[in-house]
Amino acid sequence: MGSVARPAAATPPRRSRAAASAGFIDRNAKWLFPLPALAFVALLMVFPILYTAYNSLTGWDLGTGKPATFIGLGNYATLAGDGRFLAAVGRTFVFTALAVGVEVVLGIAIALLLHREFRGRRLLTSILLLPMMATPVAIAMVWLLMYEPTAGIVNFLLRQAHLPTPLWIAGPDSVIPALVLVDVWEWTPMVVLIALAGLAGLPSDPFEAARVDGASGWQVTRLITLPLLVPTIVVATLLRLIDALKTFDIIYGMTGGGPGFASETLNIFTYQQAFQYFSFGYAASVLIVFFAIVLGVSLLFTSLRRDPARPVDEQRPVVVEQPSGV
Amino acid sequence: MRRSFRSSLALPVLALLIAASCGPSGGAPTGSGDKPYAGTTLRVLAANHPWADALKPLLSDLEAKTGIKVNFEQYGEDQLTQKLTTEFTAGSSDVDAFMQRPLQEAKLFAQSGYYQDLNKYAKDAAKTPADFDLGDFSKASLETEAVGDTLTGMPIVVEAEVLYYRKDLLQSAGISVPKTLDELKSAAAKLTDKGKEQYGFVARGQRSPAVTQFSSFLYSFGGDWFDLKSKKATLDTPEALQAFNFYGDLLKNYGPPGTLNMSFPQASAIFAQGKVAMYTDANSIYQNMLDPTKSQVADKTGIAPFPAGPKGANMYNVTSWGLSMSAKSDKKDATWAFIKWATSKEIVTKTQSTGAVPGARKSVFETTEGKSKFPADWSTAQNASANGRGYDRPLVVQVQKARDIIGTVITTAIEGGNVQGVAKQAQSDFQALLDSEK
Repeated sequence: MGSVARPAAATPPRRSRAAASAGFIDRNAKWLFPLPALAFVALLMVFPILYTAYNSLTGWDLGTGKPATFIGLGNYATLAGDGRFLAAVGRTFVFTALAVGVEVVLGIAIALLLHREFRGRRLLTSILLLPMMATPVAIAMVWLLMYEPTAGIVNFLLRQAHLPTPLWIAGPDSVIPALVLVDVWEWTPMVVLIALAGLAGLPSDPFEAARVDGASGWQVTRLITLPLLVPTIVVATLLRLIDALKTFDIIYGMTGGGPGFASETLNIFTYQQAFQYFSFGYAASVLIVFFAIVLGVSLLFTSLRRDPARPVDEQRPVVVEQPSGV
Repeated sequence: MRRSFRSSLALPVLALLIAASCGPSGGAPTGSGDKPYAGTTLRVLAANHPWADALKPLLSDLEAKTGIKVNFEQYGEDQLTQKLTTEFTAGSSDVDAFMQRPLQEAKLFAQSGYYQDLNKYAKDAAKTPADFDLGDFSKASLETEAVGDTLTGMPIVVEAEVLYYRKDLLQSAGISVPKTLDELKSAAAKLTDKGKEQYGFVARGQRSPAVTQFSSFLYSFGGDWFDLKSKKATLDTPEALQAFNFYGDLLKNYGPPGTLNMSFPQASAIFAQGKVAMYTDANSIYQNMLDPTKSQVADKTGIAPFPAGPKGANMYNVTSWGLSMSAKSDKKDATWAFIKWATSKEIVTKTQSTGAVPGARKSVFETTEGKSKFPADWSTAQNASANGRGYDRPLVVQVQKARDIIGTVITTAIEGGNVQGVAKQAQSDFQALLDSEK
């Protein structure tokens, strides 16, 4: 900052000014260095949230053609009685619970299988990670074609096997499970990746001790690996939880919230309100509620994590002793 | 320190302001003679639409004639609306011309003051030579573009609902082409064999896209969305209920699985795969069925006028797209030169003959070139729609909200749910929407 100021301040007492500015920098270094980061956070994160919060208190709606007036909590009152919004909240939780549940269980299981030496392990791991690398909208398009009830490959294969052919994303009852399947396909690899990193970082002595004591493979997994892996599992779950709550791309790309409103989650609902109905004030109030939900779920989850995680560390010796008793 | 910092900032900021105020302004003809707008660049936002695809290669012709260079951006329909709304709400003057869907957006955009009234240009002899011939645009198409006294855009694409049918299937079943909706229903019943994956009828079933194609059914049963004069919603009248049930039954009983998730890309694809005998949709998408590179049944598909209901054949016949000028554009004369060029007889003839996009100019349909891309039965159906309704969705400001309200009744009918109950709810929701616009 001092060097920027210098050319403009080309007056005789240059040295003293330069010295003064150097002193200024020295004295305020702890503020100056984080300044760009602080400015970034303030401009691109704090300001939008505050502005959204402000908008949520206005009746800003292009459709009515009236000026945006301050209406207090009016939007929130409307939300509380909006059946479509409440249904979207429920749907968001159902989708998230199903998707994250399956992804974490499946992801940990796959990671445990991969955490061994065998031929082609690296290749298999790379292949498994591919879905995560693909563009979500492209994934949506591919699954859209595969799910097509009449001409799609999924029902074609089911017909060949003489199995019932569901409507998948075209059926109001099957659309959420069908979307969960796509999310699981896409994001289980991320859980695998995190779990593999966690496994690689585990200490080796408990395992050696267990082997010496004659523990079976299943016992080692159940009583040593998994408890030690709890912090990793919590992190993976938390990351997926936040992501799944705000899933937008695959739902928008595949169903747009349909059939009817059967797959309209909170994000899709907000999008409709903002960019299809142009009810910006109302959409902002949904976003604030959504923000509170994501924040609440994250805080709840991290507080859960703190309690069981500590006992696990303390239990470590106990866990190791257990197999010897078996 | 503080002062030096401020003064170091002041100079560049001042320079920037001066530079900004000296920028190219007006967009009035700068040169003279051959290229009156040499050096002018316009930003045009267009949709991913065959019309835009057909126009794009012709832009060099505009540059050769006028010197105007066009930055042509294309987006999906919804993304375009979103982009325009965002830019205009922010007060941007970057957009000069844009494609819009008059029935979807004109009232909203006009209310928000986004449009430059084109009457000022099109009816000014100094700005528009007589051979542009405003009277050549069909009256209905100009009316669709008018909001009050404002001409919001020049009509560029028109469309009407028609019946696509499989000549071979109807013939082998000994059925003549349906002329009434009753005949359509019995033909659909006869041509459905679910075991063989052969279905009698398909149409859009997706909540919002279905509304426009359902409109011809509604009108032909004698119903409408609302009474224009009294602003009373009419979604639960006996006629409307009949139409909802009829449309829903057709798709539920004789349609392929999954119609609830079908807009025109899906519905026309399943027709093009030869799995469906009849399909009602816009005539502007006929190439999806009749182009051999897109359709397996191209040589077996016929086009007929929309069948008559109990109250006659009241299909929609609308201007689906127009070309508009932004009220905030700072190059309005050049922008009008672009719009005038793009909607001139010469260029419309080209977009219609190379792009197969039906335009709004009557004279072009009378030329060999203008007709060349359209099959004879397409033209017959088009002529039969001449007196169709000029709207395919309710004429309100909050069109999308209205479509979602109405679409819920359609999807309920297709699922075989409680149509009457849902229609009643839709009626009150829609009435609330109408009241909010009073």
